[in-house]
Amino acid sequence: MFSAFMLNAWEISSIVAVVSGVVGFFVVQRANAFAAHALPNGAFAGAAAASYLGISAVIGLSVFSLAGALVIAGLSRRTRSDVATALVVVMMLSLGSLFLSFSSGYAQQVYSLLFGEVFGISRSEILPTLLISLFCMLVVLFLYRQLLYTSVVPEAAQAKGVKLAVVDLMFLLIVALTTTMAVPVVGTVLIFTLLISPAAAARSFTNKAHIAILLSVSLALTTVWASIALSYETNYPAGFFVGACGALIYASGRIYRFIHSKNSKSREATLAHILWGLAEAALTLNTDAPLGEVKDMANIDKVVENKLPMTELNQVVHLVQFISSNN
Amino acid sequence: MSNIEQNPVKLLELEGVSISRSGREVLHDVTFDIYKGKFIGLIGTNGSGKTTLLRAILGIVSPSSGHIRFPSSSKQGSSNNIGYVPQKIDFDPDMPLRARDLVALGLDGNRLGISKRKKSDKLLVDSLLEQVGGTEFANSRVGELSGGEQQRIMIAHALISKPELILLDEPLANLDLRSQVEIVTLVSNLAKDSNITVLISTHDMNPLLPVMDRIIYIANGKVASGEVSEVVTTESLSSLYGHHVEVVNLKGRILVVPEFEEGGFNFLRGIPGNEDH
Ligand SMILES: Nc1ncnc2c1ncn2[C@@H]1O[C@H](COP(=O)(O)OP(=O)(O)OP(=O)(O)O)[C@@H](O)[C@H]1O
Ligand SMILES: [Mg+2]
Repeated sequence: MFSAFMLNAWEISSIVAVVSGVVGFFVVQRANAFAAHALPNGAFAGAAAASYLGISAVIGLSVFSLAGALVIAGLSRRTRSDVATALVVVMMLSLGSLFLSFSSGYAQQVYSLLFGEVFGISRSEILPTLLISLFCMLVVLFLYRQLLYTSVVPEAAQAKGVKLAVVDLMFLLIVALTTTMAVPVVGTVLIFTLLISPAAAARSFTNKAHIAILLSVSLALTTVWASIALSYETNYPAGFFVGACGALIYASGRIYRFIHSKNSKSREATLAHILWGLAEAALTLNTDAPLGEVKDMANIDKVVENKLPMTELNQVVHLVQFISSNN
Repeated sequence: MSNIEQNPVKLLELEGVSISRSGREVLHDVTFDIYKGKFIGLIGTNGSGKTTLLRAILGIVSPSSGHIRFPSSSKQGSSNNIGYVPQKIDFDPDMPLRARDLVALGLDGNRLGISKRKKSDKLLVDSLLEQVGGTEFANSRVGELSGGEQQRIMIAHALISKPELILLDEPLANLDLRSQVEIVTLVSNLAKDSNITVLISTHDMNPLLPVMDRIIYIANGKVASGEVSEVVTTESLSSLYGHHVEVVNLKGRILVVPEFEEGGFNFLRGIPGNEDH
């Protein structure tokens, strides 16, 4: 399990987990879950474009996700940010599906970006990933207090001279960078899990922000380590275990808070999240979906927001329908 | 009023400010000055433009004409040092942030980097929490507090950095009558101690009467400002409303009553100063 070949997988997934734990905390705290979902999907479309143009997938990923972040930040000043995000992801996905339809030959490569290829990482990819991750975490630490303050009472922060638009934009760019870096490793579907589940669970276990970040990192690491080990032992895809662990960790957080908190309102949310995680995991097991459906798959989960468990339940229903119609 | 200032310093000036929202002019040609260290009440009915005016002072809303300036500030007449308590506060109950953490953000949430709070900062947070009566729930999540408790924490958060100006938007709306008096007295005392200027909006001027130095009264998109005794008079408010209103002093409470017409008392609603408690 710890051969030289596996070492790359361990290293790269640990790096991705740490940065996801840190960035994910603020994704959840700032209610940016939808953007964190949209940007990887957009980035996936960028990779499709790159594969059609015959250039490196990483270029497609970064151009699409950074451009997506810029447009979301720009539009959010004029309209509701979830609407802006939805517009951007729809635009990027439609471009992506156009490029996919041109380029049948590169299907496998693009498909691998959906769920990542944690076991196919080469030695040379580790250093760039590490550097980008360090950069993302340094920016988050640098902006730490402003990120927190603007997430709690943005207008009061503005009154104290915090440039809200700048902080919003910087953070979206960090999410875009994290995504770009993580997509080749865990894929567009699972980077979302890794950004949201550990952070959301961590919020249930503590009422201090800095402890929640440390916990979020530990839970993300636990998730990827357990997934790699289980995948190695069972030969099921690592992505399946990432989704399942994410759901499990989140559920245990909700249950902990359910027991320890005086006003616990969220049975429904807990249920929705467990189902969502399981459905996502089931989707990753269904690995021989023909390419035509990959486009639809990227389209299915349109609106995921922590605050709207019912929307997620809807999505779960769609996912289950989608999976069963394919089997 | 009681204490005569030797050298009043002008903190803020509004000159001919008009503000439109969705094509409609909400405030028209508003002019007034605010002097340092004063306690000012911003009075008006629902929808009269109090929140809009406060947000314009913060620079979040821009006037369609006129100027808003902080004459003593070095930063091109704007200010980065305002404590603000918004009218709508909506905290996520799942947010891992204790009441004391929110107060501390008022101290250094605008800075960069990670906080290394000194012992003195912690003591300051504790003392503010105690002064707003929040010691009991200092370690609870802010999202799990009641509306009135959140209001107190937000006030502590706004005051802790001793800004030159604090803007409180309807801070009394969530509070019972006793808490209203408590909060008004508290804000006034803390502000006097640190020479902080207070601008506080409410639809009922009565809780502010004991401490208010000046009043800014909004009606019809226009503003009358000055001392309470100048502004809250039958003549001045009638000219502001554009029709006759009567200022009545009823057992120490000021009521602003429109002229009697056919049709009973319904029209009394919505005139500041007429809320029942
Ligand atoms: N974002 C907005 N877009 C369009 N119109 C707005 C907006 N905000 C406020 N208005 C309009 O401006 C007017 C003044 O609103 P404002 O919120 O300033 O009133 P207010 O005095 O604070 O009322 P309240 O006592 O209910 O808080 C209202 O008529 C409102 O419809
Ligand atoms: Mg208002």
